Amino acid sequence: MHFTRPKIALILLICLAGFLVALPNFFSKETVQSWPSFMPKQQLRLGLDLQGGAHLLLAMDQDEIKRDWINNLRDEARKVLRDAKIGFTGIGTHGLTELVVKLAKPDEEDAAIKALHKVRQPIGNALLGSGAYDVDVSAGSDAGTVIIKESEPGLRQRISNAASASIETINRRVNNLGTSESTIVRQGADRILIQFPGLKDTKELKKLIGETAKLTFHEVHPSISAEDAKMTTIPRGYKIYQSDKGEGETEYLLREQPVVQGSDLADAQPGFDSRTGEPVINFRFNQIGARKFAEFTKDHVGRPFAIVLDDKVLSAPVIREPILGGSGQISGNFTVESTNRLAVQLRSGSLPTKLTIVEERTVGPSLGADSIAAGKLAGIIGGVAVVCLTVVAYGTFGIFACVGLLVHLMLTLALMTLIGSTLTLPGIAGLVLGVAMAVDANVLIYERIREELRVGKTPVSAIDAGFQRAFVTIADSQLTTLACAIIMFWLGAGPIRGFAVTLTIGILTSIFASVTVVRLLISYWLKAQPKGRIATVPV
Amino acid sequence: MLMKFIPVFKGADFFPHDLNLPFMKFKGPALALSIVAMIVSIALCATLGLNYGVDFKGGSLIELKTKSGDANISALREQLNGLGLGNVQIQQFGAPDDVLVRLEEQPGGETAQQAALKKVTAATSGSYTERRVEVVGPAVSSELRMTGFIAVAAGILAIVAYVWFRFEWQFALGAVVALSHDVLVTAGIFSLFRFEFDLSTVAALLTILGYSVNDTVVVSDRIRENLRKFKKMELNQLLNLSINETLSRTILTGMTALAVLLSLYIFGGEVIRNFNLAMLLGVVIGTYSSIFIAAPLLGYLGVKRDWSDAAAKAVAASTKAKAKA
Repeated sequence: MHFTRPKIALILLICLAGFLVALPNFFSKETVQSWPSFMPKQQLRLGLDLQGGAHLLLAMDQDEIKRDWINNLRDEARKVLRDAKIGFTGIGTHGLTELVVKLAKPDEEDAAIKALHKVRQPIGNALLGSGAYDVDVSAGSDAGTVIIKESEPGLRQRISNAASASIETINRRVNNLGTSESTIVRQGADRILIQFPGLKDTKELKKLIGETAKLTFHEVHPSISAEDAKMTTIPRGYKIYQSDKGEGETEYLLREQPVVQGSDLADAQPGFDSRTGEPVINFRFNQIGARKFAEFTKDHVGRPFAIVLDDKVLSAPVIREPILGGSGQISGNFTVESTNRLAVQLRSGSLPTKLTIVEERTVGPSLGADSIAAGKLAGIIGGVAVVCLTVVAYGTFGIFACVGLLVHLMLTLALMTLIGSTLTLPGIAGLVLGVAMAVDANVLIYERIREELRVGKTPVSAIDAGFQRAFVTIADSQLTTLACAIIMFWLGAGPIRGFAVTLTIGILTSIFASVTVVRLLISYWLKAQPKGRIATVPV
Repeated sequence: MLMKFIPVFKGADFFPHDLNLPFMKFKGPALALSIVAMIVSIALCATLGLNYGVDFKGGSLIELKTKSGDANISALREQLNGLGLGNVQIQQFGAPDDVLVRLEEQPGGETAQQAALKKVTAATSGSYTERRVEVVGPAVSSELRMTGFIAVAAGILAIVAYVWFRFEWQFALGAVVALSHDVLVTAGIFSLFRFEFDLSTVAALLTILGYSVNDTVVVSDRIRENLRKFKKMELNQLLNLSINETLSRTILTGMTALAVLLSLYIFGGEVIRNFNLAMLLGVVIGTYSSIFIAAPLLGYLGVKRDWSDAAAKAVAASTKAKAKA
C-alpha cells in the first residue's frame, strides 16, 4: 500500500488536470468566457440530438454521372476522329460505360485506335503516373469497329471527383444560410453527409441542395417546332425540352449543345423587372461567357433563344439586338423566395449530379433541451442511488469509492473534451454505464478484502491482497468490455459510435480512478490511524 | 489531516457468505430452460419477426408537439390517413401534447420518402411543430440492418477470442453460449412484446454483451483461481463454490447497474427509453446466464485440472521440445 512521493504527485496532478479540463462543461458558455485566461475554456460539443439540428445523408446519382461522362466522351471522340480525318458512320453507346465507333473504312482501324488514345486521361497522381487510364480503347469484335470502354478505376475517380465538386458547391450554398458550424463530408463512395447543428428549419436547406441548378442558354431550332419534330424526326444534335410551367405547356426544340453555361456566370442577383415588377434574376457573364453570348446574339438577331434550368425551359425570348455587355435578365415562373434561392445556387455553381436524401434526422432545439434536462435528472438520481448503495454496503471505504467515482466522471468528461468528441444521448447512457463499471471495480476489490479478512488475514495484508487479487479480474473484465466497445466504434453507425466512445474512455479512466485513486485514499487512511491500532477495516 | 473528518464505519455486509447455495444441482433444469428460451426466441423472431424501427425498416418517424393544448389524436389520425400514405401509426409520446407519427416506407424509392414527409408537414404545420424527424430510405435501412447484425456478431467473436486467449477453450465456449443466449432471449422478448427494435437497441445489445461477459469473466476468474487452490476438489463442487464466492459481488454490482438503469428508464426521457428497456432486460438475463449457463457448461465440458506453475512449465517445455524436433 505504499506510494512514493513522485507517484502521489503524479496522481494528484492527473486528478487536478482532469477537474480543471472538465470544469467548463458545468457552466454556461458566457460564464466560461469571463474566466481568467489561464483557465481551460473548451467545452464538450453536444451532438445533434442534444442541441438540435439536422443530419442529412445524400446520395449522388451514379447513372447520371456515367451518362454525363459518356456523352462528353462521345463528343470528344467525334472531334478527335474529325481532326484526324478518319471517317466514321456513327458512334453508339452500349449501356452507360461503353462507346462503339463504326468506322467508314475498316482498314483505318489501327489509325483510329491510335487517334482515339487522345481521349484517355491518366488516372491518379499525375507525377508518378500509375500508367492507368480512365478509358480503354480497343478493337471491337466486328471488323471496322473500335470500342471505348470506361475502366473501373476511371469510374471511381469520376465519382470521387463529382463528390468533391458537390461538397464544394454545397458548402458555398449553405454558407448563405448564415449559420457557420455545418460539416459536410463524404461518406463511402457516392454519399455526402451534411450535419447542421442548431438549424431550425430544414426545408430551406433541402431546397438549396435539392436542385442541381444547371443553367444553360440554347439556340432554338430556326424552322422546326417541337410538335413538328415529334411527328417526323428530331434533327441530329437537337432535343425536345419541357417548359418549367409544367406538363402540357409549350415544348421547345433546342440544340443540345448549349451556347453558354452557368459556369460562365460571374454573378447572379435577385431583382425585379422594371416594367412588370415580376421577380427576376439579373446575371452577368464572365469574359469568356460574355464573348460567346455576344457572338451568338449578333448572329441570331430576330430569333429566339432559350434559357434552360435543370433541363426545363424557363423562357425563350426573341433576340431584339445583339447583347454585347454580357449581362441580362432571366424571367420565369418565379417568386421572390425562389429568385433569392436561385441566385444563391447560380452563384455557388451547379452540382455535378442530382442529390437524393437517403437519410434524414432532424431534432428541434426544444427536444434537445428536454433530452439534456432528462439526462441530467436521470444522471443525478442514478448517481445518488449509486452513492447510497456504495456507502451503505461498504462504509468508510464506500465513501472512498464514491470519491473515486467522482474522479472517474471528471476524467472521462475531461478526456472527451480534450479529444473533441461529441456528447450524444446514447453517449450519456455510455457515461452512466461507465459509472456502473467503475463501481464494479470497487465492489470486486472490497468483496475480496472481506474474503481475505474472513480467512483471518490482518487488516493491512487483507487490503493489500484484496487490491492485488481483484486487479486481475478487473483488468480481464474491463478489457473484454473494451473489445466490445472497439467493435462498436469500428462497425457502428451514428448513435452506436457515440456510445462506444464514451464507454471506451470510461473504461480507461475507471482503472485509474477506481483502483489507483481509491488505493491512494485508503493508504492515506491507514497512515492516519494511530500506529498498530487498526483493529477493524471499515469495509 | 483530512482523514480525521471521515467517519469510520463498517458497511452493511448484508449478504450472507456461508449460504453455499446448490446452484450446480439445478444446472440440468437451468440449461434445459435456457435452451428452450433460446429456441422459443428464435421461433418468435422467425415467425412474429422483430418490430423494426425506422432505422431498420425504412420510412419516417415524426415527433409532433401541439402549438397549444393537448393533441387530438383521432383528428390527427383521420387527417393523416386521408393523405394516402399507407398505414400511418400515431401514438401519444410521453406528454399529452406530444405525438409520434410513423409512416411506413413509401413505394417509389428514396425520393418518395421525402415527398411523404412534405405532405405530413403541410398537413400538420397549422397546429403542430415538428420536434424530431427521422427519415430513412430503403438503401440506408438495409445497410443499417446489416451493420447492426455484423456488429453484434463481431462483438461476440471479439469477446470469445479474448476469453479463449485468457482462459481455456471450455471457458470460451461457455461464454459464447451464454452471450448468444443473452442476445437471443432479449431479442425474443422484444419480438414477443412488440417493442421497437432499432439502432439504439443494437447498441444496448452490444452493451449487454459487455456486461454479461464481465460477469462471466469474474466467475471464470474465480474458477481458475480455485482450480489452482483446490487441486482435488470435485469439479461441480468447485464450480458451485466459485459461483457462491462471487455471488455477493454479482448481486451488488447488478443492483447498482439496475439502480442506474432504472433511473435512466424512468427519468431519462422518451427518446432513450427503448435503449434502457433493452439494457434492463439484458442485465438481468446476463447475470442469470453467467451463473446458470457459462459455469454449469464447464461442469459438462470438463476442464484442465492442473493449473500450477510446474504444469505450465512442463507444457512450455514440451512444446519447445516439439518445436526443436
